[in-house]
Amino acid sequence: MISLNYMMLLSGALFSIGVAGVLLRRNVLVMFMSIELMLNAVNLAFVSLGNRLGTMDAQVIVFFVMTVAAAEAAVGLAIIISIFRNRESVNVDDFTLLKW
Amino acid sequence: MTVEFPALALILAFPALGVLFNLFLGPRYGRRSVNLVGPGVMFAAFAVAAWSFLELISMAPGSALAVTLWRWIAAGNFHADIGLKLDALSALMVMVVTGVGALIHLYSVGYMEHDEDIARYFTYLNLFAFSMLVLVLADNLLLMFVGWEGVGLCSYLLIGFWYTDRQFAYNGRKAFVVNRVGDAGFMLGIFTIVAALAHEGVWTLEFSQLQMHAQLISPVMATAACLLLLVGATGKSAQIPLYVWLPDAMVGPTPVSALIHAATMVTAGVYMIARLHFLYQLAPVAMEVVAAVGAVTALYAAAIAIVQPDIKRVLAYSTISQLGYMFLGVGVGAFGAGIFHLMTHAFFKGLLFLCSGAVIHALAGEQDMNKMGALRKKLPITFATMLTATFAITAVPGFSGYFSKDLILESTFTSGHAWLWLLGVIAAGFTAFYMFRLIFMTFYGNSRVEADKLPHLHESPPVMTIALIILAVLAALGGWIGLPQGFLWGDAIGRFLAPVVGEFVPAFHASAAMLSMAATGAGALGFALAWLCYIRAPELAGWIAAHARASYQLLLHKFYVDELYNLLVTRPLFFVSTTVLGRAVDTFAIDGMVNGAGLAVESTGRLARRVESGNVQHYALLYLLGALGIAAYYLYRVLA
Repeated sequence: MISLNYMMLLSGALFSIGVAGVLLRRNVLVMFMSIELMLNAVNLAFVSLGNRLGTMDAQVIVFFVMTVAAAEAAVGLAIIISIFRNRESVNVDDFTLLKW
Repeated sequence: MTVEFPALALILAFPALGVLFNLFLGPRYGRRSVNLVGPGVMFAAFAVAAWSFLELISMAPGSALAVTLWRWIAAGNFHADIGLKLDALSALMVMVVTGVGALIHLYSVGYMEHDEDIARYFTYLNLFAFSMLVLVLADNLLLMFVGWEGVGLCSYLLIGFWYTDRQFAYNGRKAFVVNRVGDAGFMLGIFTIVAALAHEGVWTLEFSQLQMHAQLISPVMATAACLLLLVGATGKSAQIPLYVWLPDAMVGPTPVSALIHAATMVTAGVYMIARLHFLYQLAPVAMEVVAAVGAVTALYAAAIAIVQPDIKRVLAYSTISQLGYMFLGVGVGAFGAGIFHLMTHAFFKGLLFLCSGAVIHALAGEQDMNKMGALRKKLPITFATMLTATFAITAVPGFSGYFSKDLILESTFTSGHAWLWLLGVIAAGFTAFYMFRLIFMTFYGNSRVEADKLPHLHESPPVMTIALIILAVLAALGGWIGLPQGFLWGDAIGRFLAPVVGEFVPAFHASAAMLSMAATGAGALGFALAWLCYIRAPELAGWIAAHARASYQLLLHKFYVDELYNLLVTRPLFFVSTTVLGRAVDTFAIDGMVNGAGLAVESTGRLARRVESGNVQHYALLYLLGALGIAAYYLYRVLA
């Protein structure tokens, strides 16, 4: 039996990697993958806590998160393709039109 | 005894209906319907007024008709009603206002036949009649004030009736502003009365209640109230020092000058003082002031009138002078005599203005008497009626003005005001001079009419001359209801008014015949001088003007009072308005605050908008920092 502490540490580490990826990487696709990483870090925290507390609620929420993540991936990728067709770039620094 | 008489409301309802019709439907239905409705409602009001009047005189002396329409104001102990009351005093006023008013409305149909804006004209004129009737029928001081303001408004609207001329519009504003000064005094007077009576536990402004409780007011408070009300009266009735608006009011249509600025509205001050005679009798000092203002104004305005070249201005100053006589009358305690002169003055001064209107109408707008002359044959009816009115105003024995003016002068003398009497007699001489000067310059001598105006010189249409003739009959015979006591029916009007305004009690007796001869002699002298200067030796007037240059210029420029007021009041006021209030307060302080607030918001926004970089990673970072901040806050709460 793996200790809950390890699982939470892993979850936190994955989440932090995801945050760093979103904030620091310029490639939109990589940022996108980092978001998925953050979502799954949260999922991991849910299931491990749910297992510890002996409840199904956490697993239900994880299913919802995965559904939303799938939808988000579909819409997000479509947007990225659309932007790429227009700008021929996947670098976020090129997408700063909506500003002061 | 007061009898409920709901029909009094009809006297007000008819002109009010006229206003509504002329305002909303007049422009659509056109001139014919407006010409019918405008004067029509006045004749209807006159019929109801005559009915009420007959009803009143069939009752015991001192009775009144009254109706309370609804409760208007109720505030704590104080309340005021929309209540109308017709006693002897207001009955006389209502008869004059509706009677003379109806004739002048009728005359207007002819006078304004070439004016496009007839519906607006009759709207104002009917509104004026309505306001004036509210003023005289009101049974309390507050409702009277409503009418008082209403007639001021109509006066302003009608002076500036031809508003496209900037000068005319300016004169309208001048009248309004000067009246406003008087009205401020009037309001303060009302407040003083309320305060003085409330102090004694009486909360009312109703005239009969005021009269009942007047004794409760201390002499000091009564004097203060009377003097403040006098300020209002000098504004509305064009007395020194607030008379300056009336001569300038003559730019309005001439029927307006006749109705508002001669016959009715300007007499409101006299009516108000007579209405509050019980209050003035408690304040002998205020009475003396009223009498002195009246006598000085009578002489002063008459002196200005003798050199004015404009026919309407002569009549305007004449009106101020005659109003001075009325103030003199009520000031020495002869309230009945003042009101009597008010009535005869309404006839002959209304007529004089209408005649001058007929002359102006015939000459296509010419008002300068230097460009008239020899009109006697061309305008026979106008000449005859105007001569009648001139006899009346110059107090030729037998004509209406003779009885009323003599009664005032006699009362002045026998009440012990010999000096004021002397002023009045001199003014009577001046009156005869300027009136016959007007007649001689207009109707006699050589024609000085401009050549292009000669061809269409014509007598006025019948709709105008009928009003002239009726008023001429009244101006000639109207005085016979106030004969000296002992002749025929004696002083009928004095007996009629006595229950309301009290009897005049002379301080001593003097020969009425001697006093009358003095005044008539002064008039005859004035006539003789006018005849000498303008008929016998026409060059004499110019010679005197050239050799007494200083006095002539002084009179011609109206003693430079307008210039003085400009220097003392208007200019400082403009300076304070534009420089102190306009620049310092408005532009600097208020605009500064408003613009400063805008500027602060704008510059803050200019800095803060830099946050919106458009880069999604910046937003994500801020979002993260925010989330961490909230998490830190709750962690701190939990741990600490």
